[in-house]
Amino acid sequence: MSSVAEEVHHDDDHHDHHHTPGIKRWLYTTNHKDIGTLYLWFAFIMFLVGGAMAMVIRAELFQPGMQIVEPNFFNQMTTVHGLVMVFGAVMPAFTGLANWMVPMMIGAPDMALPRMNNWSFWILPFAFLILLSSLFLEGGGPNFGWTFYAPLSTTFSNDSTALFVFSVHIMGASSIMGAINVIVTIMNMRAPGMTYMKMPMFVWTWFITAFLLIAVMPVLAGAVTMVLTDKFFGTSFFNAAGGGDPVMFQHIFWFFGHPEVYIMILPAFGIISHIVPAFARKPLFGYASMVYATASIALLSFIVWAHHMFTTGMPVVAELFFMIATMLISVPTGVKVFNWVATMWRGAMTFEVPMLFALAFIVLFTIGGLSGLMLAITPVDFQYHDTYFVVAHFHYVLVTGAIFSIMAAAYYWLPKWTGKMFDIKLAQWHFWCSLISVNLLFFPMHFVGLAGMPRRIPDYALQFADFNKWISLGGFAFGLSQLIFLALLIKACRKKGDSVPARVWEGAEGLEWEVPSPAPYHTFETPPVIK
Amino acid sequence: MSDQQVEKYYVPDQSPWPFVGAVALFLIAVGAGNFVIETTKGTEGYGGITLIVGLLTLFVMLFGWFRDQINESMSGMHGVQLGRSYRQGMSWFIFSEVMFFAAFFGALFYARNIAMPWLGGDSNNAMTHEVLWPGFEAVWPLVTTPGGTTTEAMGWGGLPLYNTIILLVSSVTCHFAHVGLEEGNRKKLIVFLGVTILLGCGFLVLQVEEYIHAYREMGLMLTSGTYGSTFFMLTGFHGLHVTLGTLLLIIMFLRILKGHFTPKNQFAFMAASWYWHFVDVVWVGLFMFVYIL
Ligand SMILES: [Cu+2]
Repeated sequence: MSSVAEEVHHDDDHHDHHHTPGIKRWLYTTNHKDIGTLYLWFAFIMFLVGGAMAMVIRAELFQPGMQIVEPNFFNQMTTVHGLVMVFGAVMPAFTGLANWMVPMMIGAPDMALPRMNNWSFWILPFAFLILLSSLFLEGGGPNFGWTFYAPLSTTFSNDSTALFVFSVHIMGASSIMGAINVIVTIMNMRAPGMTYMKMPMFVWTWFITAFLLIAVMPVLAGAVTMVLTDKFFGTSFFNAAGGGDPVMFQHIFWFFGHPEVYIMILPAFGIISHIVPAFARKPLFGYASMVYATASIALLSFIVWAHHMFTTGMPVVAELFFMIATMLISVPTGVKVFNWVATMWRGAMTFEVPMLFALAFIVLFTIGGLSGLMLAITPVDFQYHDTYFVVAHFHYVLVTGAIFSIMAAAYYWLPKWTGKMFDIKLAQWHFWCSLISVNLLFFPMHFVGLAGMPRRIPDYALQFADFNKWISLGGFAFGLSQLIFLALLIKACRKKGDSVPARVWEGAEGLEWEVPSPAPYHTFETPPVIK
Repeated sequence: MSDQQVEKYYVPDQSPWPFVGAVALFLIAVGAGNFVIETTKGTEGYGGITLIVGLLTLFVMLFGWFRDQINESMSGMHGVQLGRSYRQGMSWFIFSEVMFFAAFFGALFYARNIAMPWLGGDSNNAMTHEVLWPGFEAVWPLVTTPGGTTTEAMGWGGLPLYNTIILLVSSVTCHFAHVGLEEGNRKKLIVFLGVTILLGCGFLVLQVEEYIHAYREMGLMLTSGTYGSTFFMLTGFHGLHVTLGTLLLIIMFLRILKGHFTPKNQFAFMAASWYWHFVDVVWVGLFMFVYIL
């Protein structure tokens, strides 16, 4: 690598370490910390917006019969709730965390492509502006479920489908650019001495997540494009009369969709792999096996997609193949859960708020994983398919999984970002209220699902009334609990609270804890050397 | 790597272009969405105008962004490590493009090898066939759809074959242009790049001719069932990529005339040529699976 030395660019006039004041700082920024903050706030606002839609859904389902909204509006709520939470809340939150933490964890001065970084962020608010404003158009917004199955999204959809398609296109462009940025940063910007097998787990999991994003977001773009041309230009991809097949839509969609769910959980695995060792005061058990488990989950995710389609028409051989491949994923996932537990074994554990969320994650995500295993069994899925059991399953993995990990990460790194300890009392209130209400919200869904209550329907049979009342109450309580989080975040951003040292948590390891708190605007302008 | 002297990575100062780019994509998405609705439903609106304004904004953004980029690059602010970031970024971008085409190739294979035979009664679908379209015969190319639309299949001889030869030759000339750049042989570079651009334009002209022929004489249209859908979507998106690739090469040509690029500083040229090779490879796949087989 001698060629590097001759190309050294001598730039002694240091950029000043301060940012321009005012709105331009945020619009024109190229700083990974600014962009990370933008992503995180955007994700949180979308979380509240999507949450408000969930409140509408739960209010309607509080009692049987048609109560508050029209069925068509109910369908729009379930659809846009899903789209907003997946593409507006969970994915941008993880991208925000990657922006903030990956450069600091690998000793890089910034992301590899800082201007593209800003572009990928600012596309998102516009994409969601389009999606959300389509709700107010004549005929309403998308109402075919976030999975937009044909022919619901083609033959039977309203005209705003065109706007839905193009907003998905630009949010896909944003995700791809963000993922390229992360993957190039990790491949090319690691400090000298940081080999791949020395990278922190959050970096590893994001490395693999970025690969998944680049591989499957274009397939989603293809799927929405075919929906657009089928609906508006007379192509026959999903139309049997023209030789196509609506089931083909599901194959293409889930080829994207299944890796997508790992895109929303692998970074969570990374976060938990940081927090558990920090508060158990022991190094992560089985680092190498964690890396290989993550990689195997990612590879397997490409050959399991049709487990979403057991009831929609496939030869038995294919059903068996997808059943077995899906169950195989529980092996690497089990390795992870085992490693977290083994990390805690005989550790000097303390239970600060990030650790509380991490522990809740491990238990509740495992519940979601186990119900996933039940759904993977083809004959059993014939009964569970499209019931509330499925809703319970994916909310356990996405809310108490992905979202709890994001909250754990926020509490873990917030003092590093602001330089002040957050309000611990409020945080504990937030945790316990969320924990109790989220289980009240999602656990009974297993039972109504097993008893046959179908999802995405605004009305239900009388026998489900009691359970649904409690589910709705849990839902409202969970929604309100997040306002505690909002209050806490506003307080944290006003820099109230005690100052914290560079290593905020005594057991925390990693380069991000070597820089002062709050982290200066520019960190690691000259890379540290890792031994 | 531990004892080397490390260069400073160039982190650019604030730039308005990314935000302008986001606004451009917003206008394009809103414009395109409304334009699609208005043209297919025959209503009046501002979709078309919004789309054009968005495209112009995108153009201005790309121009401004690349101008800044080129100035920085020419004044030597870009180091080796940044060059590596660009190359890796471009490779991943091309990989994402490959996956985009994979979705459409996947649709072609599914329609042809699964959906169509099933409609013809294959696997356990005898009753589907019997009840829905008993007269339907499952033969690819699907010139008669189950619903009864008829068309003609596009042969691989003639225009498609010429186009294959054109693109394959252009891949070679593009490579020679790159060799010329590496050798510092300006004349070789300019001549071969010029030839590549001409071949690209020639391909596009023939492609348009093929489409006209398909629509006017063969009755092969976007609406001609899955055969027409996959044919036009695959060749259409490929054609768009050829257009973009040709534009990139033209920009490179203009920059070379202005004396940009040295054997050491040539990322943009390399990226454009990679893109060109990618477009050629996709065509080979298309020629195989859409035309011949
Ligand atoms: Cu899945």
